[in-house]
Amino acid sequence: MNHRTFLKQLALGALVAAAGLTACSKKEAPPPAPTPVAAPAPAKPAPLKAAFIYVGPVGDAGYSFAHDEGRKFAAAQLGDKVVTTYVEKVAEGPDAERVIRDLATQGNKIIFATSFGFGDSMVKVAKDFPDVYFEHATGYKTAPNLRVYEARFHEGAYLAGIVAGKMTRTNTLGFVASFPIPEVLRNIDAYTLGAQSVNPKVKTKVVWVGAWFDPPKETEAAKSLINGGADVLLQNTDSTAVLQEAERSKKYAFGWDSDMSAFAPKAHLGSVALNWGGYYVKAINDVLDHTWKTGETKWGVKEGMTDLVKVADFVPADVKAKVDAARQGLKDGTLAVFTGPVVDNTGKVQLAKGVVADDKWLGSVNFYVKGVEGKVPAGK
Amino acid sequence: MIRLEARTAPSQLMGVLSPLLAFATTMLVAGAIFAALGKDPLQGLQVFVLEPFNGLRALSELGLKSTPLILCALGLALSYRSNVWNIGAEGQFLMGAIAGGGLALWVTTAELAIPKLAFFPLLVVAGALGGAAWASIVALLRDRFNANEILVSLMLVYIANLLLSWLVFGPWKDPNGFNFPQTVSFAANTEVPRLIPGMRLGWGLPVALLAALAMWLFMFRTYRGMQLQVGGPAPLAARYAGFSSRAAIWTTLLVSGGLAGVAGAFEVAGPMGQLTPHVSSGYGFTAIIVAFVGRLHPLGTILASLVLSTFLIGGELAQSRLGLPSALTGIFQGVLLLALLACDTLVQYRPRWSRSS
Amino acid sequence: MNQLALLVAATLSAGTPLALAGLGLLLNERAGVLNLGSEGIMLVAAVAGFGTALLTGNEWAAFAAGALAGAALSAVFGWLVIWLNTNQYATGLAISLFGSGFSAFVGIDLVGKQLVETPAPSVPLLRDLPFLGEALFKQHPMVYLVMTLAGAAAWFLYRTRAGLVLRAVGESPASAHALGYPVRRIRLAAVLAGGALCGVAGAYLSVVYTPLWVEGMVAGRGWIALALTVFATWRPARLLLGAYLFGGVTMLQLFLQAQGVQVAPQFMTMLPYVATVVVLVLISSNPLWIRLNMPASLGKPFFPGA
Repeated sequence: MNHRTFLKQLALGALVAAAGLTACSKKEAPPPAPTPVAAPAPAKPAPLKAAFIYVGPVGDAGYSFAHDEGRKFAAAQLGDKVVTTYVEKVAEGPDAERVIRDLATQGNKIIFATSFGFGDSMVKVAKDFPDVYFEHATGYKTAPNLRVYEARFHEGAYLAGIVAGKMTRTNTLGFVASFPIPEVLRNIDAYTLGAQSVNPKVKTKVVWVGAWFDPPKETEAAKSLINGGADVLLQNTDSTAVLQEAERSKKYAFGWDSDMSAFAPKAHLGSVALNWGGYYVKAINDVLDHTWKTGETKWGVKEGMTDLVKVADFVPADVKAKVDAARQGLKDGTLAVFTGPVVDNTGKVQLAKGVVADDKWLGSVNFYVKGVEGKVPAGK
Repeated sequence: MIRLEARTAPSQLMGVLSPLLAFATTMLVAGAIFAALGKDPLQGLQVFVLEPFNGLRALSELGLKSTPLILCALGLALSYRSNVWNIGAEGQFLMGAIAGGGLALWVTTAELAIPKLAFFPLLVVAGALGGAAWASIVALLRDRFNANEILVSLMLVYIANLLLSWLVFGPWKDPNGFNFPQTVSFAANTEVPRLIPGMRLGWGLPVALLAALAMWLFMFRTYRGMQLQVGGPAPLAARYAGFSSRAAIWTTLLVSGGLAGVAGAFEVAGPMGQLTPHVSSGYGFTAIIVAFVGRLHPLGTILASLVLSTFLIGGELAQSRLGLPSALTGIFQGVLLLALLACDTLVQYRPRWSRSS
Repeated sequence: MNQLALLVAATLSAGTPLALAGLGLLLNERAGVLNLGSEGIMLVAAVAGFGTALLTGNEWAAFAAGALAGAALSAVFGWLVIWLNTNQYATGLAISLFGSGFSAFVGIDLVGKQLVETPAPSVPLLRDLPFLGEALFKQHPMVYLVMTLAGAAAWFLYRTRAGLVLRAVGESPASAHALGYPVRRIRLAAVLAGGALCGVAGAYLSVVYTPLWVEGMVAGRGWIALALTVFATWRPARLLLGAYLFGGVTMLQLFLQAQGVQVAPQFMTMLPYVATVVVLVLISSNPLWIRLNMPASLGKPFFPGA
């Protein structure tokens, strides 16, 4: 057995390689990326170069996907005034700085970094490129050429809560959570407050998965919540797994980040969707019009950056009416999700009666409101 | 029919040709994929392979990315030559990062005014101790209980990962960090000194290169180093060479663990500047590949880590320049390694025409 | 009580992909080959399985596609490792790297697609038993299949001639060769079978467990399956138990959270790995035990006296 027919092996290797190549060539449509350098037309000024970096793959159907939809929207709206590029799956660590710096060197005039963990890298690079504009989503550090933007995601979660409060039979809601940061805690609290506004008996159970994106674990967490008695789930992890598990277990759930109605026709009550496109158009226009100024932007239902969309047909009309009323309230300013008294689940008053929460308060939420079970992990 | 015939001595020519052949194969596959995606293959290859070398900053980034790979792979090359199969460099890297990061965190929170140049050697020592301590568990269990080092070192990777995760989610979490799993940003005096102002490349690279030189001297110019490679942990052969198998296990594991630990410490106190759950992007595992691509030779490791870093950075550039998906990096790396491993057969074997089927 | 039943049910389901992949790797390792490429193989199989399910709407076709994809990728591994004598660790890692990249690449168009929901299966009559019905008999057929498979693997390894030969190849390839057994072909067969089982595990994840495709969705389960083989000291029945233990720890931790109990999840997750090291130390410290348990030539290449 010590002589081997090399050809046979060669053929095997070639076969595998060929199989690989066929699979590749089948994929005719390249990923939705623009041709980077379009030859500038002589008469018009060269298009502005805008770049986006995402923490996940654009194909996550969730958070990074929503940002990429925003990018495409902006590119379509602004036509030949802008050329956009993106880099996906950038790790929140040393790699981010290199990617951002490279994008700046490449002549991009505005760079959007769409995850919290890119903050320090953005600060460092922004210092070295004073004539490039930097936009950091969900961050808090600003500079003369670095500003931050985020969505009042909790307003969408509140609207979802209204539906959940009406649709639950066990009066127990479930929430699959990622990391105990203020943004996520706000969403849990807002979801609960929304539900309590129509059904005071509602309780919320929370399971932390310690990841933004781990579909099998999200499934397991959803299962645990359902087994614990929860029958309407919301999550702020980024895949469709929770929704699909609810569909399988004949419970209800919501989509998150983008319209996920197609994934669970029977379980889907609505999707808390993000729409970054409007902001991206505005930000790029600010650069084009030379009106870009640093600062913080927090947009919510009023500006259309977040909303509860695709509310299911089987949701009763009176519930839909309640959602519409709340949405109207959020739009015209007569309703704020966090209006005192806000009491946490230990009985402590976190926001005094009649006080409307300001951005500083919202940015430091680290408690569960009354009705949420358990303790914030390692929270103080 | 072609059949393989063992060579009496490894072919020198093929030793040189094999990597080139593997590289050419990878480029062919890459070019084909670019063409299939409707991109100009030459332009694609240019971005993937040449662009990472374009300019001083690019070179600095390449050096930065290569540093941990070189350090980890050096130790692995030594242990593989000695027949000790440490595949847990990732865990040792993480423990070095925890030790180095812990030291930097302590200096930061205690506001110690220790000068940068004095902190650097402390950092190296902390990292080395952290990594070596973790590897010493493997050595102890192998030496004392005969537990397979491949499996123990692999298990310890998971445990180190979870330990790091617990630290940054729990006791070491930045109190003002909005509950994000990360420590405070370390004070400026704990940072690994930089080589070129304004660039991220630090003293880690020269240390890695010096380590490579030292490793080369040890492997090929000292009696002990030669003995180690002859003996390894095989008791009979080692006794013949006058070297104890126990010494081989302890030496190689402590050295490789220590080097991986230093790499971890450099990473946290260098480009990261804080501890997060994502300290390593798999450097310890990539280093195994680097060690083999580098022919288990100290100087080879340097070249091999450059090649792998090039692909990593090239992958990012291909996204922003050409709009190619990031998944290509993994494919190209995989193809390169598999092709290289296959081509390496030609070093030991000679393809021969023969009429027998 | 019902809570407990549900926890058992969830554990069985979570342990199934781990057990599938673990059994495959166990066969590999019994023949003396350590395949560190399992994560990549599972990913490629997951995308192949999902794509097939999307096309055919049949999950068994998807499992077959997963098995095929897994076997194909491990054929590359086997060819390199067994015939070209490349280093097993480096080759396995290269396969892992390639597999994650390749699956992400061919799967780009599959992201966000959804499968037709199939009704939750259950065993007639038995599902109505109190407690046991909820705990054991409302599962996907694959859950029962993997239990049978573990039994079959044990029977094969210890009760059949072929199994004996396979173990002999893993114990002492040189003696097996001397006895006239085609060591390399047997090893390749084990590698192919192992890859196929890893493939079914990957397809189960993307088609049944979490019916969607996203890149990297195997999320480390290939590595856990590797740890499992050691934990089980290469015994199929123990491997099955180990898979349920690994799956159970995760589920228990999430369950406790849903009950409002906070635990440091890292330490609970760590337990099985620590246990694995302890088990390894226990069996290794006794020369007899280790000979009874661990394939002696694991990870070592075999040169048929050229």
